[in-house]
Parts: sequence; C-alpha cells; structure tokens
Amino acid sequence: MAEFEPRIVAFLCHWCTYTGADLAGTTRQQYPPNIRIIHLMCSGAVDSIYVLKALIDGADGVLIGGCHPGDCHYQTGNFKARRRVAILKGILQQMGFTENRVWLKWISASEGKLFADTVTKMVEELKKMGPNPMKQLWNA
Amino acid sequence: MEQKKTRGDKGSALVIGAGIAGMQSALLLAEMGTKVFLLEQGPAIGGYFPLLDKTFPTNSCGVCFMSPTPPAFCPIYECHLHDNIELLPNSEVMKVEGGGGDFNVSVIRKPRFVDPKRCNLCEACIKVCPVEVEREFGGGLEKRKAIYLPFPQAIPHSLVIDPKTCTRCGECVKVCSPGAIDLDMKEEEEKIEVGAILLGFGFEPFQARRKGEYGFGRYENVLTSIQFERLLSTSSPTQGLPVRVSDGKKMEKIAFIQCVGSRDPSCGQDHCSTICCMYATKQAMIAKERSPGLGVTFFYMDIRPMGKDYERYYERAKKEYGIEYIRSAISSIKELQQTKNLLITYVKEDGTFEEREFDAVVLSLGFTPPQTIKDLAQRMGVQVNQQGFCQTDEFNPSKTSVNGIFVGGAFRGPRDIPETVVEGSSAAASAASFLIPHRLPQPLKEYPIEGALGEEIPKIGVFLCHCGEELKKTLSLFEIILETKLLSEVVHVEEVGLACLPEDLDLIKKRIGEQGLNRIVIAGCSHREIRGAMEEMAKGMGFNPYLIEYANIREQCAFVHLDYPRLATEKAMALIRMAVERAKRSQPIRKGKQKIDKKGLVVGGGLAGMTASLQLAAQGYEVYLIEKEKELGGNLKESFYTLKGSNPQDLLNKLIKQVESNGSVHLYSGAEVLGFEKKNGHYRTKIRHQNEEKSLDHGALILATGGKEITPKGYLYGEDSRVITQRQLEKMAHLNDERLKDVHSVVMIQCVGSRDEEHPYCSRICCSHAVKNALKLKEKDPRINIYVLYRDVRTYGFYETYYHEARGKGVIFIRYDLENKPKVSLQGGSLQVSLLDPAMNSPVTLSADRVVLSAGIEPNDHRELARIFDVDFNSDGFFMEANPKSAPLDSVDRGKFFCGLCHSPNFIEDAISQGNAAAARAGSLLSKEAVEEKAYLAYVIKRLCCGCGLCVTVCPYGARVLNEEEGKAEVIGSLCQGCGSCVIACRNAASQQRNFEKDLNLAALDAVID
Ligand code: FES
Repeated sequence: MAEFEPRIVAFLCHWCTYTGADLAGTTRQQYPPNIRIIHLMCSGAVDSIYVLKALIDGADGVLIGGCHPGDCHYQTGNFKARRRVAILKGILQQMGFTENRVWLKWISASEGKLFADTVTKMVEELKKMGPNPMKQLWNA
Repeated sequence: MEQKKTRGDKGSALVIGAGIAGMQSALLLAEMGTKVFLLEQGPAIGGYFPLLDKTFPTNSCGVCFMSPTPPAFCPIYECHLHDNIELLPNSEVMKVEGGGGDFNVSVIRKPRFVDPKRCNLCEACIKVCPVEVEREFGGGLEKRKAIYLPFPQAIPHSLVIDPKTCTRCGECVKVCSPGAIDLDMKEEEEKIEVGAILLGFGFEPFQARRKGEYGFGRYENVLTSIQFERLLSTSSPTQGLPVRVSDGKKMEKIAFIQCVGSRDPSCGQDHCSTICCMYATKQAMIAKERSPGLGVTFFYMDIRPMGKDYERYYERAKKEYGIEYIRSAISSIKELQQTKNLLITYVKEDGTFEEREFDAVVLSLGFTPPQTIKDLAQRMGVQVNQQGFCQTDEFNPSKTSVNGIFVGGAFRGPRDIPETVVEGSSAAASAASFLIPHRLPQPLKEYPIEGALGEEIPKIGVFLCHCGEELKKTLSLFEIILETKLLSEVVHVEEVGLACLPEDLDLIKKRIGEQGLNRIVIAGCSHREIRGAMEEMAKGMGFNPYLIEYANIREQCAFVHLDYPRLATEKAMALIRMAVERAKRSQPIRKGKQKIDKKGLVVGGGLAGMTASLQLAAQGYEVYLIEKEKELGGNLKESFYTLKGSNPQDLLNKLIKQVESNGSVHLYSGAEVLGFEKKNGHYRTKIRHQNEEKSLDHGALILATGGKEITPKGYLYGEDSRVITQRQLEKMAHLNDERLKDVHSVVMIQCVGSRDEEHPYCSRICCSHAVKNALKLKEKDPRINIYVLYRDVRTYGFYETYYHEARGKGVIFIRYDLENKPKVSLQGGSLQVSLLDPAMNSPVTLSADRVVLSAGIEPNDHRELARIFDVDFNSDGFFMEANPKSAPLDSVDRGKFFCGLCHSPNFIEDAISQGNAAAARAGSLLSKEAVEEKAYLAYVIKRLCCGCGLCVTVCPYGARVLNEEEGKAEVIGSLCQGCGSCVIACRNAASQQRNFEKDLNLAALDAVID
C-alpha cells in the first residue's frame, strides 16, 4: 500500500504568514506538497467552522498561520485566533479527538524557512498519527 | 553614455537614500500628493532593515507599521507600489545645480545588466556563474555569485550583476530563458528637476579591522555584530542558531564587546553610537531563546538603554534571560590554538584583572556616516560636523545648511528606528511646507468608467502563465489545461508566456473583450507579484479589478515541490479550482470615499504642541490649539541654555509670537477639554473657553499634553534649601543668582526618580542635563569642585563629547549601585553625601555646599484626557503608540497622534522633531480631499442582524456602531480596515466581509479538499 499522505489545509493571514510562504517559494525552500493554502486577511478571521469543516471533510490537519504577537496588522487578530483555537482544541478533546491536528503558528513575512520547516514537521507528525478518524466515522 | 530628457518639476522632491528614514520621508510626501524620486545607491531599496528579523524592544519585526496608511505592507513594497513614488535604484547623484525650490539634479543610473521586467528569478544563471565573492548583506558571512539577488525581498525583485566582479564570460546569458540578461547595458544619465531634496542616507558600520587588537579577520570566531545579526536570522546558513560557521560547533559561551568604534577618540570616533547597547542586548536575547543553555557576557563601559521602554528590556535581559553584564575594559583577546576559542583578559572596575574563555566573540560595532556620502555632501554644499554627520541647527533639526535640502535619520547621527522614523517624518514635513509655493497640481490618472458587472452569470477566463520556462519544470501544464477546461463556468483557458509583460497583458485584455469574460483567474505567481500590473490593466479597460482571482501555483507550488512533480500538479489543480470557486462568487468592489475635515486640533501649547500647530499651518491647514494654562510654553519656560549652546528662551519667544500672529492657528488658552466624538472621519471636540462652551470640528488630533520634572523624594529635598534640582540650578546659574556665590563644592545625584521601582524607566535627558550644568558652573568658576554620582552615564550620540569635556575640566564622576544609594545628611550644619564607591569598594564622604538632584521626567496626569479622546497609555503613564518601532507617534485609531513629553522623555530637539513629525503624519491624512475606504470592507446584512452588539465590541477600530433606531449594527466605512473580526463574532452570519464572505471561504475550502 502506498504510504499515507496526510492532507493539510492552511489558513494564512495576508500580511505575515502568506507572505512568508511566498518567500519560501522565492527562496526555493522545499517542503512536501501535502498542504493547500487558503488566503485570509488575518488569523483573527479564521472561523472555527472553517477548521471543523476541514476536519470533517477529511483534512488530516489544519494549520493556522498569523503574525507574531504584537505584529498583527489589525492589532489583536492573532490573540483572538489564539483564544479561539484553544477553545476549539478543548472541544475536540472533549469529543475524543485528542491528537494535535490543529496547529497555530506565528510565522513572519521574513521567515520563509520557518514556514517550510513547519509544514515539513507537520507532515511528519501527521504521518505518525495516521489518517484523521473523523472522516472514517462519518463514512461508517 | 546616453542622455535622457529632464523629468520632474519644481513641486516634486528627491529623496536620496532608501533606508528607513528615506522610505519614511518618501511615503509621507507621496501620501501628501508630492511626486517623489527615491534614489538608492545600491541595487535594492530598504537599507539595513531587511537584515533585521527581530527588533527591540518588542522582539518582533513590526516594520510594516511604518507606512502611513494602515494596515500596510512592508515599507519596501509600499514604496514600490505607490503611484507617486518613482524608484531610482542603482543610481548616484552627480551634480546638483540651482537652489532651493528649483534644483537640477544629474543622476547616473548604473546598469543592472538584468532587465527586472523579464527576469523571473529562475536562478539558472546563478548556478552557472563561475565567480564567487563575499556577500555584502550580512557582513560577508556568506558567499554570493557575480550575478545575484541582494536579499530575498529585494525590490526591484530581480537579479543583478555586480560589474566589479563579473568576468563577462557570458555563461549566464546562454542559460537565461526569458532573455533578461544584457551584458552590454550602458550607464545612463538623467536630469531631474525638483523643488526639494531630502537626505535619508543611512550609516555604515565601523570597520572592525581598524581595531586590530580584537582580532577580527585574524581569529575566525570573532564576528561583527552585523554578522551575528545575520547569523540569527532564520534564513542564515545556521538557520538562526548560534553555531560557529567556521567549524559547526554549537556556541556555549559568547561574549559581546561593546563600544567597538564608539566613544573612542583614538580612532576618530568620539561619539556614542547610541543603539549598540540595545541591538546587542536584543541579539543576546534572541540567541538565548534559540539556544537556552547559551552563556552570554557583555563587556561594557556604560549601558545606555534610554529610549521608551528600553530600560525594562535591559532589566529583562538581566533577570529573565540571565545575561551577564560586566563593567570592564578589555585588555587582550587571544585565540587558543586547538579549540579556536577566544581568551579574553579584562580589567574590572576595581582594577583587578580576570580571564575568561569563550566560543565566539561579537564586536558591537559603532556607526559612521557612509564614506561615499562625504563627496556628495560636499558637492551639494551641505555642511557636516567633525564626525562627518550632517550639521543642523539644534532648533531646526531637519534643515541642512543649504536652503531646500532637508535631512532626517542616521545622517544626523546614529539613531534607533523610532527616532529615524520620527526624523524621516519631520524632514518630510519641512519639505512639504517648503514645496507649497512651488507645488503644481498633479494630473490625476483618469480611468474609463467600469461596466456594470456583478449580477450576470459568471463567464470565467483562466490564464495560465508559464513564467518563462519556470512552471514547466515541475508542473504538467498540459494536464492542468485539460482539467481546467472541464470546470463549470470556465469559458476560456489560455496559456501565456509571461503575464506581467505588456504583450501578454494586451492579449488578456483582448480576450476579455472578444469572449465577454466577466471573471478572470490568473494561475501563475503570487498575487503580490502580479496584482499591480493586472489591476492597472483592468482599470485601464473599465474592468473591476476585484473580479480577478489569483491561483498561486508558482511560489506555493512549482518552486517548493521540485521533487514531487505529480503531487505538485495535483496541488496546482486544487489551487486553480479554488480560485475559480472564488471567482464565481466574487463581486465587483467600488471603494467608497469619506470626505475629511481639513483641520487639525492640537492639545497642549508647549514646545511640541506649538511646533506641531505651526507646521500644520505651514502646510496650509487651519489649526485649533488648546492650552489649559493662560500662557503658552510649558516646560520650555524653565529652560535657559542647552548643552549645544542654543538659547531656548529665544526659541520660546519666537514660537509664541508666531503662534499668536499666525492667522491659521486659532489659540484657545486657559481652555478645558470637555468631550470628544467621532463620526465618519470627522472629529468634534468640545471645549470650555472663557466660560463659553465651543464645538470644534476637525479631521486630525495631536496630543501634546506634556510632562514634568519628578518631585524628588528623600535626600533632604524640601527640608534643606541647599538641596535643589537640576532645573532650579539651571535657573540660578542663568540668573547669576546670589545664592551660588560662595559655592565651592557641588554634588549631583543622578537617577533621582528614574530607573527605580516607582519609575522603572530612564528619563533620557538627566545625564546630559547634569553635564550641561556642570560645564556651566565650571565656566563661571573653574576651581569649583563638582561630583556627579551616577549609575550609568547616558550621554548618547554627540552628547558624549560634552561628557568627555566635563571630565577633562575636572568634573569627577563616581558610580553608585541601586542597592547603595547615596545618603545626604547634615553634619554640623553642612551637607554631607556618603556613598559606597564600587571602584574602590570603600565608603566615600563628600561635603557639599549644594546637592543637586537630577530628577527624572514623568508625564502629566492625563488619564482624564485619555478617557475623553479614547487613547491608551502605558504603565508609566505615557501615551501608547500603535507600534513602538515604526509608528512611534500614531495612535491605533487613524487620525490621532502624540508628540513631546506626553509620549516619552526627550530633549528640546527631539520634541521639535516629534512635533513636526506628528504634523506630517496628520498632514498626510488632511492633504486628501477624502479618505478612500479599504476594498475588503465588512458589511451587515440587516435582515439577519439582531442588534446584539458583539461586533461593536470586537472591532479594534471603532468602525462598528449600533444604530439605536433600527436596532441594527452598522459599519463606518472610513474606519473599517477589513480584518474580518466582526464576521467571526457574529452569530447570525449577518456580518460579512466583501469577497471574504463565509460561504465564499467555505466554497474555497470545499474546492481544495476535493
Ligand atoms: S494580520 Fe497577520 S495575524 Fe492579523
């Protein structure tokens, strides 16, 4: 059987992380192609629904990327994201999904390398975890 | 050499040097509607800041906040994108003729040998280039080829050939598929006509080799601070880890040596470079974060964190990070044969020698003006001081000796980023008001009226850009095309070579017409690269630019998955599907405009407030100036001489006269602020003046509410009249007070009410204040004995030379520790000061005729004002800026600004710069007829809104209000920045963001998940 290839959906803020991902590109930092990036204006604009829907529809991991604390272009969007993700993780745990499939990372526009490393790492970790059980539950 | 025709006009400006100061000046002037030429010697703009991953005191990047219109991109991009700014990289000024208001400048544009329009950064040329040299960026830590990209974010975003090292072998030309390289490009001379010139030159680090005793260049593990900064960048060869480049060994112990090329007359560098203590502390902190076990030791003379919130940063470095600071002088550095470690021998304060071994040593380099600038300054007739920095009048800090030439930033002396931003703004203010009589109306770009698109069935055209040969290398374009054709609502699919070139843009334009396309998807590079060109094309043909979507299959696909062609092709397809889904749902956006009330209101009639008011008036705006006292002047009334020899009272009288006689400044003295409201880009402030209530309408607000000398506690102050403050001494000395007649011995005590528990910040000016008064007393009576009891002497910048002078004249400086504060007592009717001298480690007793306390500065209590105007203050009571690094005078709400002592303790010249700068920031707003709203605004679907008000609470910009009558939320378009917070907060999906609607995002999600 072919090796399990996890699927990651990423929500990246326009100002820092999306630009950081672009920089990873212009500097040719290689990372596995398991990630699909969705562009939003701020990490504070990531609704929990998006994350849940991604997981239910079969994504194995969700990455939310925003500016470092203090650097959010809308003052506090990233703090809002942090709170939201914490709550969401709590709920997921309550439901029995204890694995860490939702990652929130601060990656600035100049950290192309960090972006590539983060994706590489996330793919590795998800491979260890195996496929997202939510989708199978759904199918059954 | 080719000659082009003259460009520009008398109303435009030339900014020389595109570092922080230059970019700031250029952006502000451009926002005010001035045409700006931004000239840079090097191949890319940005100055030193692309080197900085993190900046102090926040340890974040934060530079994006510099641009005047928030939320903004990195200033490099903003300069690149601004309609009024023309970049002249790789250029030099040869000759400046004419005078203020009418300069004729000859500019040499050096060839890049690579056409930035054609270069697609495939880097094939880099691989074949045989020449390898040291890479300047990062102080030579890495290598580069003769054809290279200066740094990843470089603008212009293309490779460049360095003619000095290129051998013209022509290998690169052969492999360049877009044909961008031309080794025969020639220098071009251009003539530019401008009304004003701004000097934004940066600094150059001191040449470490000149201090041979530290072994730089000989010992492989002695690094400069520039190299260490680069090492700590996540994109460095060590990936940001403190590892020795020479042998890959992890650093366990490192040393920082401070003041290399600063405070050192032996190498002609007698000034203090101001920022080294802080940047080195930052580097140490970052290094420790990356490698927690790392031991860091500083060898220093004085630590000088005297900017806003810097003292706390230094304290954190010591306490939380465990960084060790040793006051000492370096005696020698030796390399150990086997380990290549370094052995440092140093002399401690008490005169004893010690030795320590380190894995690496970082030299904290001081700064000099760039060598190349000297000639240029001379050619322009601009006077420089002894150290080679620009000479300016203390009370006119942005004017040079030549009429019409202005200066800001590091060319005036070494500076940190916030100060550079302030001075860049201040120079822009001076230039703007200077240009007013010369200003010609700028022709507005006219665009055809847009067709009414939006409601009809989407007809989507997808254009797949090959980006030269780049995408083919990884992606199977053929398959992508086939699949794209099958997507619903896609009526046209076509491949183009390089969509950013005019010929391909024309082709797209033609297809839109022929096929009646009403949505476009560009699959190719990141939207950041191509959006500008596409939008310009769209606007030019009356096509709404927000109906264009971008699928980023280059940066986020082809470039990063070289080894997975199959999966990368699948991913590219997913990204295109997503873009098509978005395109189907996107709606045309027409940005609204909000008229502005072109008036300013300044609260506080001290130095900063008066300066800001006059500057705004000079830019042509009406100003209301509100002062609570009967008289203008504030703290300036108490200042009688400065260290640099100017007379503050002359300044005061001049300013008051100007304010009172200026028809545009409406002064309300003895007035009280009662209330404040904001509505659609208009502010209304209510005041009480002469028992009458008045409402004043304005578009910008500047708070300059001042500060005061802290009233000292202890030291017999208030009990014995011979214990006075520096301010009182200044007045007495100025008036030749009788009471100073028989004074033979004076003891000054520093940091009274600064750097302690109650005021945990440095008041910045007290060290220089003490030096100033000491020199004054010495001038009156050279035999007088003066002792200055200090913790660190913080005479930064050129103030250092006066400190040196004071020591030369016999003023004695004795250090004390916070734990052993000096004690003042009465012995038989005379004053005695006792302390523990850490150098001798023994008690010292001094008898004094006068004890002078260097009392710190605190802000006035403006809690009430902060509440009324809805602005924040920090824990020390100073107003809080939107970003301490790059928006130091702006409040979070656009349109409110701070300057003077209410912002932070500062000198007269700083307050003037700040006043000017705040006026420039306000002016950039008021100069417009209307503020253009952001594109991706939030809106409310009224039918769904239940009026709960959650969105009102989460909006960081106060752009949300509850319409009481309807019981529904509303958006104030001019204030909304489009962050989307409210969309998430809303429980009924009534709050939405244009083209980021929830269902649009969910559809995008569906499309990528397949
Ligand atoms: S803008 Fe990047 S997190 Fe808010």
